[in-house]
Amino acid sequence: MGAQLRVYKRRIRSVSATKKITKAMEMIAASRVVKAQRKVVASTPYATELTRAVTAVGTGSNTKHPLTTQAETVTRSAVLLLTSDRGLAGAFNSNAIKAAEQLTERLEREGRQVDTYIVGRRGVAHYNFRERKITESWTGFTDEPTYADAKKVAAPLIEAIETATAGGGVDELHIVYTEFVSMMTQTAIDSRLLPLSLEEVAEETPAKGEILPLYEFEPSAEDVLDALLPRYVESRIYNALLQSAASKHAATRRAMKSATDNAGELINTLSRLANAARQAEITQEISEIVGGASALADATAGSDK
Amino acid sequence: MAAELHVELVAADRQVWSGEATLVVARTTSGDIGVMPGHQPLLGVLESGPVTIRTSDGATVVAAVHGGFISFADNKLSLLAEIAELSDEIDVQRVERELERAKAEGDASAERRAEVRLRAVSGS
Repeated sequence: MGAQLRVYKRRIRSVSATKKITKAMEMIAASRVVKAQRKVVASTPYATELTRAVTAVGTGSNTKHPLTTQAETVTRSAVLLLTSDRGLAGAFNSNAIKAAEQLTERLEREGRQVDTYIVGRRGVAHYNFRERKITESWTGFTDEPTYADAKKVAAPLIEAIETATAGGGVDELHIVYTEFVSMMTQTAIDSRLLPLSLEEVAEETPAKGEILPLYEFEPSAEDVLDALLPRYVESRIYNALLQSAASKHAATRRAMKSATDNAGELINTLSRLANAARQAEITQEISEIVGGASALADATAGSDK
Repeated sequence: MAAELHVELVAADRQVWSGEATLVVARTTSGDIGVMPGHQPLLGVLESGPVTIRTSDGATVVAAVHGGFISFADNKLSLLAEIAELSDEIDVQRVERELERAKAEGDASAERRAEVRLRAVSGS
């Protein structure tokens, strides 16, 4: 085998090995998307019921709560950014980070100080590399977030909101995550989570125009709201975590699919080149043999004279 | 008795139980409360404790519920809990081990959770 041909053969082998790996990753990601989507669906009844309850308290009483009151002048905002722990997901993380940076810039233009909270190693690495300050970060659960993880994330955020701004607290909380629209579309979006506007929550309730009954609160409307709002925030964060996980797996699947396709194409091109090299080698060998034979014939013919 | 109420018991990550019932007893922060069909609309905060559901065919479903809310309106009752388990899902031996461990480590909330689970099993 000629040197050229050997080089091609080696490259084909290495690309096929890569292709096998990306193919496997694609299939794993595909099965995880389904699982993650199922989790999103499973968490919906809780979220819906909770939203209903919050709406009921919001419309049924005039209770004031730190989580629902808008500060007169917002001096400090918190931004919670959801990224993933692992890469190989195309533009998934950079889109989320870009959205967070745009939001931060906008808030800073409005004269607010921004505290950044990050979920996922990718986002943490991005911020650390640029030596930006991270107030708090969580890693290690982005592939399959549980409700306990959401609680862990929500706790310091709720505490920061409840603390007075002068004492290091924040006035509002924004969340940046990747919304799972469909298998093919995931968009990084930012939304304001707190302070909660009860009118907005009421609009989100699936059954619009439904007249909510006058509830009897046990033990009292204030206490119910006190207990309800943190749970509501947790459930929103949980939902965002789940959607972000589903989006990450979908993005991985897509990235791995195009990697597999590219590897296939590369193998095709390389096989053609290898075939051409082999053919050239054979042609050369034949012409060498023919040349040698005719030279030999010429030599014999000469000696006969 | 024809009157029934529809019960949905949902945990944060799944729907635990749903069906028709004639009576639901749950523990709120201000005491046990029993809800029967036609109760006044109610929204309450739950303590962690067992919830007893008497289904319309006379059976009893007991669940261990850890924190959450009860809301009732239009003959529909929702029990929202961060963690909820039906009594037949609970593995008694495991819970007993957990209880021992919690006691040894002095983890009051874990101890309480294990106790509630055990009570839910023994009450059924």
